[in-house]
Amino acid sequence: MTNDDNDDNTITMNNIITTDHLTKTFGKFTAVNAISFEVRKGEIFGFLGANGAGKTTALKMLTGLLMPTSGLAAVAGFDVRKNPDQVKRRIGYMSQKFSLYEDLTVRENIRLFGGIYGLKLAEIKSKTTDLLQKLQLEPEADKLVGSLPLGWKQKLAFSVALLHEPQIVFLDEPTSGVDPLTRRQFWELIYEAAAEGVTLMVTTHYMDEAEYCDRVSIMVDGKIEALDTPRAMKASFQATDMDEVFRKLARGE
Amino acid sequence: MINIDHLSKSFAAVQAVKDITLSVEQGEIFGIIGPDGAGKTTLFRMLTSLMLPDSGSASVAGLDVVKDYKRLRQAIGYMPGRFSLYQDLTVEENLGFFAAVFGTSIRENYDLIAPIYSQIEPFKARRAGALSGGMKQKLALCCALIHKPEVLFLDEPGTGVDPVSRKEFWDMLGNLRKQGLTMLVSTPYMDEAALCSRVALMQKGEIMAIDTPDGITKAFQMPLYAVRSDNMYQLIKDLRTLDGMADCYAFGEFAHLKMLDTATPADIATTRITDFLQAKNHRNVEIKTAAPTVEDCFIELMRN
Repeated sequence: MTNDDNDDNTITMNNIITTDHLTKTFGKFTAVNAISFEVRKGEIFGFLGANGAGKTTALKMLTGLLMPTSGLAAVAGFDVRKNPDQVKRRIGYMSQKFSLYEDLTVRENIRLFGGIYGLKLAEIKSKTTDLLQKLQLEPEADKLVGSLPLGWKQKLAFSVALLHEPQIVFLDEPTSGVDPLTRRQFWELIYEAAAEGVTLMVTTHYMDEAEYCDRVSIMVDGKIEALDTPRAMKASFQATDMDEVFRKLARGE
Repeated sequence: MINIDHLSKSFAAVQAVKDITLSVEQGEIFGIIGPDGAGKTTLFRMLTSLMLPDSGSASVAGLDVVKDYKRLRQAIGYMPGRFSLYQDLTVEENLGFFAAVFGTSIRENYDLIAPIYSQIEPFKARRAGALSGGMKQKLALCCALIHKPEVLFLDEPGTGVDPVSRKEFWDMLGNLRKQGLTMLVSTPYMDEAALCSRVALMQKGEIMAIDTPDGITKAFQMPLYAVRSDNMYQLIKDLRTLDGMADCYAFGEFAHLKMLDTATPADIATTRITDFLQAKNHRNVEIKTAAPTVEDCFIELMRN
């Protein structure tokens, strides 16, 4: 949806993630096998692959949580190997496993995470007001997070991951198990963040959601086997939807 | 084969299952379709005698879930949503254990599981905890089948599993159905509804609709269009301001646009929508009538 018509030069300058032969091995097992790709600033990038294809391992390296065995990765201008702490400051992360504190209220969670990310109290206050209004959560502000429906929790977790205005947010299966209506509301938050210039890297098992991405990559056995816009990918695999592309690639049907 | 009569269950202030009545015939794959928190697991636990209902009754294979629970447990197989085999036993040990608990042996009922077990048999000496997601699922299915149940309960077998493994799993269920097994499957994936003989759409403890997948989509009355342009986010926002719009949401590479007026012919409506979008400076507008899916119906029922 954005940056599609940049020429090669600006693309290089606008890359928020660059990897070059990024590799991770565990003993004899190569989980991520020399992947090289770029993600552009402001892009919604779908990071797809079968279970065990290496997505989570790759994400852990990109978020500075796991040292690569070899190869390079730069995220938001910093080398994940040399400056993992600088990387962590500039990224947001939301996992499929709900990561806010269930026994704190909505307001307390926002304050806690704002504090962890080093925001000033005044900033936290104004951001809390904005966030509650945007999510229409004002009536629930002082309720325990554990009492909210799953879809609301996920929307809140995403907004909290954006609190410190990261340049890029990693979303690991954010809509797993969420109802179809809330799933779409969640994607509208993603679109909105992208329209504001945030880059989003999303994993999902819902293939209709792959269509919402500007570009997608598909990992098979530790390698990136395809990377393109959903439209171009469907054309090159002569597939009617992303589900079919996925099946052809992941199982060679 | 399964009869549920006004079944309810509450936890403190939350009514997890509200007055559910439905029946499943022999040989059906019946789908309970709904998101997390719909009450699917609570319903399954009551039907498998693992939880007592607050009110109402249910029977499975002619056995009451409360009174006949001991015999019921012999007659059913249950594959819970969370992987619940022994991680530190091998594939073969797990299967042997479940066979022994039910007073049978792997050999006795091997025919039923053979097509599935043969796929993981090369790894039979491996600990269950070291299996991939897809293989764990196949083993769990074998363990739920080893005593040759009449009814199989599968609680979200596809959750967290990639689309390819999900498809393979459904192929296996299709084969089991041919052998006469009755199955109750829960899933949050709307596209899996098409693979069931009948489905119940469930939300907040209640069933919103019960029908065949075709019957569900036929109940969708209003005109539905699939629309796309170069800027999908803006497209959805703009379409929501269109006169006569009933609903608009993303749907794969298109946005689905539901219109209130059933009288306007599709070609006239299409022209009007195209003109509207061009006036809003959308480029490469594409529009066509769309066949409603179970997901469209679920969204419609949630809105009501």
